[in-house]
Amino acid sequence: MASFKPTQIPDLPKLGEKITEDTLYWKNYKAPVQIKEFGAVSNIDFSPVSPHNFAVTAFTRIHIYGPFSQEPVKTFTRFKDTAYCGRFRSDGQLLVAGCEDSVVRLYDVGGKAALRMYKGHTKAVHVADFTTGRYQILTASDDYTCRLWDIPNAVELTAYQEHTDYVRCGVTSKLNRDLFITGSYDHTLRVFDSRTEKSVMTMDHGQPVESLLLYPSEGLLVSAGGRYVKVWDLLKGGQPLVSLKNHHKTVTCLALNSSGQRLLSASLDRHVKVYNTTNYKVVHNFDYAAAILSLGLAPDDESIVVGMTNSILSIKHRKNLEEPKETSKPRRRPSYRVFMKGKNFVPKQDDYFVSKPARQHLAKYDKQLKRFNVSKALDTALEAWLRRKKPEVTVAVIKELDRRGTLKNALAGRDEEQLSRLLCFVIGNFFDTRFTPVLATTAEIVLDIYQCVIGQSAVIDRHLIHLQKLLEKEIYYQKDLMEILGMLDTMFAFSLLRKELICVLQHYDDLSQL
Amino acid sequence: MVEYGDIRVVYRGGSKINFRKPVISNDSRFLLCASGESVKVFSSVTEECVHELRGHTGQVTGVLLRPSNHLQVYSCSTDGTVRLWDFTDGILVRTYVVGYPVYSIYASLNHKEVVFIVTPVQSDKRTELFQLVAVNLPQTPDQLVEARDLSAVLSDVSSNPSTIAFGRGGEYLASVNNLKMEIYFFKKNKSYSFSLREYTKNGGKNTFTCIACHPKDDCVATGHDDGKIRLWRNFKQKKEYTYSTLHWHHSAVSSLCFTPEGTNLLSGGVESVLVQWRYNQENQKDFLPRLGAAITHVTVSPDGALFSTSHSDNKITIIQSCVKVSAVIQGLVKGENVTTGLLVDPRSKALVLNGRPGHLQFYSLQRDKLLFHLDIVQQEYIHEAGLEQFEVVRAAFDASGLWLATVEERKQKSAELELNLKLWSFDEQTQSFVLNTTVSAPHEARITAMCFSQAADSQTTTLVSASRDGHFKAWQLGLPAHTDDEGPSWSCDFVGAYHGLVPRCCCFSADGSLLAVGFQEVVTVWNPTSWELLTTLSQPPGDVRNLCFGQLSCSKYLLGSNNKKMVCCWNLLTCSLEWSTSMDVSLLLVDSRSENMAAFCCQDGSTDLFVFKPSEPRPLFSQKAVCSGRVIHAVFTPREVMLESSEESSQWLNRSQLYFLTEFMDLLTFSTKAEEEKLMASSKQLVIDDTVAMTPFYLLLGKHRHEHLGNEESAERTPLPQSSVAIKELLQTPAHVLPATSFLCSMFAKSLLISVTETSHHCFLSSSVSVVQISHSLYRGALSLTFSGVFWCKSYKEFKFYPLKIAS
Repeated sequence: MASFKPTQIPDLPKLGEKITEDTLYWKNYKAPVQIKEFGAVSNIDFSPVSPHNFAVTAFTRIHIYGPFSQEPVKTFTRFKDTAYCGRFRSDGQLLVAGCEDSVVRLYDVGGKAALRMYKGHTKAVHVADFTTGRYQILTASDDYTCRLWDIPNAVELTAYQEHTDYVRCGVTSKLNRDLFITGSYDHTLRVFDSRTEKSVMTMDHGQPVESLLLYPSEGLLVSAGGRYVKVWDLLKGGQPLVSLKNHHKTVTCLALNSSGQRLLSASLDRHVKVYNTTNYKVVHNFDYAAAILSLGLAPDDESIVVGMTNSILSIKHRKNLEEPKETSKPRRRPSYRVFMKGKNFVPKQDDYFVSKPARQHLAKYDKQLKRFNVSKALDTALEAWLRRKKPEVTVAVIKELDRRGTLKNALAGRDEEQLSRLLCFVIGNFFDTRFTPVLATTAEIVLDIYQCVIGQSAVIDRHLIHLQKLLEKEIYYQKDLMEILGMLDTMFAFSLLRKELICVLQHYDDLSQL
Repeated sequence: MVEYGDIRVVYRGGSKINFRKPVISNDSRFLLCASGESVKVFSSVTEECVHELRGHTGQVTGVLLRPSNHLQVYSCSTDGTVRLWDFTDGILVRTYVVGYPVYSIYASLNHKEVVFIVTPVQSDKRTELFQLVAVNLPQTPDQLVEARDLSAVLSDVSSNPSTIAFGRGGEYLASVNNLKMEIYFFKKNKSYSFSLREYTKNGGKNTFTCIACHPKDDCVATGHDDGKIRLWRNFKQKKEYTYSTLHWHHSAVSSLCFTPEGTNLLSGGVESVLVQWRYNQENQKDFLPRLGAAITHVTVSPDGALFSTSHSDNKITIIQSCVKVSAVIQGLVKGENVTTGLLVDPRSKALVLNGRPGHLQFYSLQRDKLLFHLDIVQQEYIHEAGLEQFEVVRAAFDASGLWLATVEERKQKSAELELNLKLWSFDEQTQSFVLNTTVSAPHEARITAMCFSQAADSQTTTLVSASRDGHFKAWQLGLPAHTDDEGPSWSCDFVGAYHGLVPRCCCFSADGSLLAVGFQEVVTVWNPTSWELLTTLSQPPGDVRNLCFGQLSCSKYLLGSNNKKMVCCWNLLTCSLEWSTSMDVSLLLVDSRSENMAAFCCQDGSTDLFVFKPSEPRPLFSQKAVCSGRVIHAVFTPREVMLESSEESSQWLNRSQLYFLTEFMDLLTFSTKAEEEKLMASSKQLVIDDTVAMTPFYLLLGKHRHEHLGNEESAERTPLPQSSVAIKELLQTPAHVLPATSFLCSMFAKSLLISVTETSHHCFLSSSVSVVQISHSLYRGALSLTFSGVFWCKSYKEFKFYPLKIAS
């Protein structure tokens, strides 16, 4: 005797994108705070020391925001022209910024006026940064040069003139105070050592380089330029590791998350993409309203700050991990003793052991189906919880009834309330493509059975009219889709024309052999 | 059967065991049932077939325990004989020749040495009229007895054996036919008949279907077409009879049976539920539901301990009377049509085809036993006539037997076609197939063909399914997208089409590098790695029906047959037609172990077989009229042990066997003489001692123990000395010319000594204590010499012999 086979609930494919740990992590941010700046936000830099303020360079100003404030805590306005690249020193005390007027200015974070001005570049300075030695500044400019300055004396120490185009990005090594890397519009990345005259390493990116990023270990270098993000292995003499092409416009900015496991790239195509640094696959994607020029990630990924061309600064703060709300007091359960009763009983020597067959657990609707109580089974399947949370179960039961040839019996003889519940379910799930075939049959049978009583109940009539409207809409929509499909087919056919033609000709040849 | 040289067509396996009511022996150890031309004796505990009682030349139509000797059994057959068997030893005791085809057999305790048989009425051959005839069985010691002493008892009876029953140990006999019941009292020699109207007021059909008589009471239970059971009482007078009605079955009651004490009534029908009614308390009933298929017969063992039900799916279920299934004897299930075709499981070498509804059956050809059923549909089967349910329509195994693909479909009149493609992986631990992927609606229309890539060593397995919607789809095992997924699952890799034509067949080449898909009259050849259309082959007119690639040395050929009586062979290297011939091939199949191909051609009602190599113009083997009717499915199954046949005509059977299924659902195969001799030898080895119930476990262990025992014996017996000339002399010389016993004794003892060439010191050549027994029969009387002695030897020259006992 075979046991009763319960109704099969099909494991339906989940719609939408797959939920991974990454999506959960990167979705766990609040709605963005948007701040209007004076111009395009060209740079964002977080202070390395707590409370991790960040400097936002936009047009002729540099604003410093606190971690949670929406108003700037500090503003530097003494620029003659557009400011570039406001960056903190490693102790968070000093701030350096380049400017369109070729002067590099050094500020005390507490003060207002510039402490020092470094003059020597002949064109706009887009890159300015402190070296790890803390007493030198690296600058790079549109005059193709990059220079090192002594902070206290405001004296130019070295100048390198190796690039043949604008130098728009540069990073200093955090481990070695003499090393720095610059990227230029001449498609090259150059590694310099201040102790030597010439660059020590040159890599060709293939596109004007927009942004550079060093891994914390400084073995890997990431460069962004054009639509490409490339990773270079510095320890192997600048060997290219990966080339990523996930954006469809120029990539403008790069960032690493605090753990170093994820790489973020922002682009003019208004997306920020998150890569896994082990396999360099895109694991998450953020969309923004305008082309992104700058991106900053707070320590511990507490906030994501993005600056855009439409001069909007968008700040996303991380949601706090709140403890789940205390639900109503737990249900009283039988005590431990109840469960353990008889569990430790050891059979004696002459005891005859009677094995008890494991009872098959059946859902309520299955029990009713087993007894051929079809109407009751349908009622059970249409209970509020089941039909809202698990419509696939309800649909599976309806399908099973249909398979047994008893759906008509189960649907018949219902009063107004039961019928309206059924119709509600049908209307709610009718256009879920996974359920449509089953529910269409159901709706047809319902119409067949109850057509003689239409007009007697206002509730039912309203539902039926609603269903009709929905159907009309759907038909209209499908018609549109068919048209689009036709258009697409024409386009595809056109692109495949040649190969297809050959096939057709061959076919005719075959026929002509006849 | 047709003979051709030493190759002949034989029925193989899958005989029906549910044709007639089985019989349970008095001690409930054996169950006997009619099966084709023989009676099979099964052990009721282990489900093994213990004996097969062969001898009838027609279909066996009834089995009956001999009332006077419970170790003997009668069987009747359409060949016009009744045979008496000793079923514990499997010996034919006697054959009674009746001379007319016998359709069923009855006996009762009251009628000694008389059996009642149902035979057709001879006078009128056109109408199917049957009569019940009493046959006096003459008591002679002869093997073959003419039983011509016939006397008609009842005329106009049904040939269905369940419509006649004896009541109260043979006092009366009840028979039903259509709407009439007739009860015949032997003592009064008088019969009463009762009839019902055809339809009741509610529209139920009143036709009688079966009958059972209460063993103690005057009560007759009848089953009806509308599912009612009527209990008739007080039928000794024609006018005052009464009946009560029981109704649980929703359609015809197919079998009824009282328990030996008469306390319970058992009934069964198409619902596949065994219902147990309490006699006189009919509102109390027990059910044993979900027995698998419609019940055709119900029987009870003479001691009432066991029930058995026969089912329409060729199965006998043995049920303990506490309503618990204890054993299931399952034969090959033959439905109305085998849609999956014949397949061979590469792992178990079992034949796989449709079994029970929604199942695939795995049938071992070597052991002629159904191994198991694999539940494909996994839905509760509703036993109701006219209900469309899911059926397995296609199945395919990959080359290693790791994957099984099945297609199930359900077609309702008004609704859309429902299709499911399921992929099963073989689980080593549970040794069964586990569902891996379900694809609902893989195609928009019926799937016409499905095949796996046959390359055994390839990394990825590809499944191709072709459908009537004009597409063929390739399915591949994909890696899990994320680590939290359970495992790899199958997904669609490619959808191919060719000018909207309908693909009818598809086939992979042996190495998996080419895929051929037949689109009506065009054969397209694709590259399965890049899914590129490589070439098209066409030989119009006619739609391609079968396609197969050559194997081994003929792998450059692609063969196809079309429905316009053509077989074409294309050379894939030149992409041109190699040869074509006019043949109406209904089936074309390839042997995976050799280059051979087999083609079944249907010609005016019978089927011819041709076995050929694609590269050779002459067929290896051809046989006209293999069987009557069309061959619908065939398969080559690889042999476990290769045959060493040197004859040219039977060489093609060396590596594999060819099984085929005719449209009458007969499973046939070809066998050679050598093979049959081998089979006979092996069946003789398998003589079964059935004091212990036979189980495979016993066979294994018992054999082992026998071997063990033998070893011990041989170890105990010390090897006899080599110089047995003296012994021979002693034993072979006639007794009257022999010298005195004392003289012989010393000579004999000398011969037993082991000679040592060493001449030095005293060395004890210790021969073990040996007991020698010689018996020698003399023609003047039996004289037996028994030597029991101990031999001690000091040196090689002198010895002492102590005779312990010499008996003469």
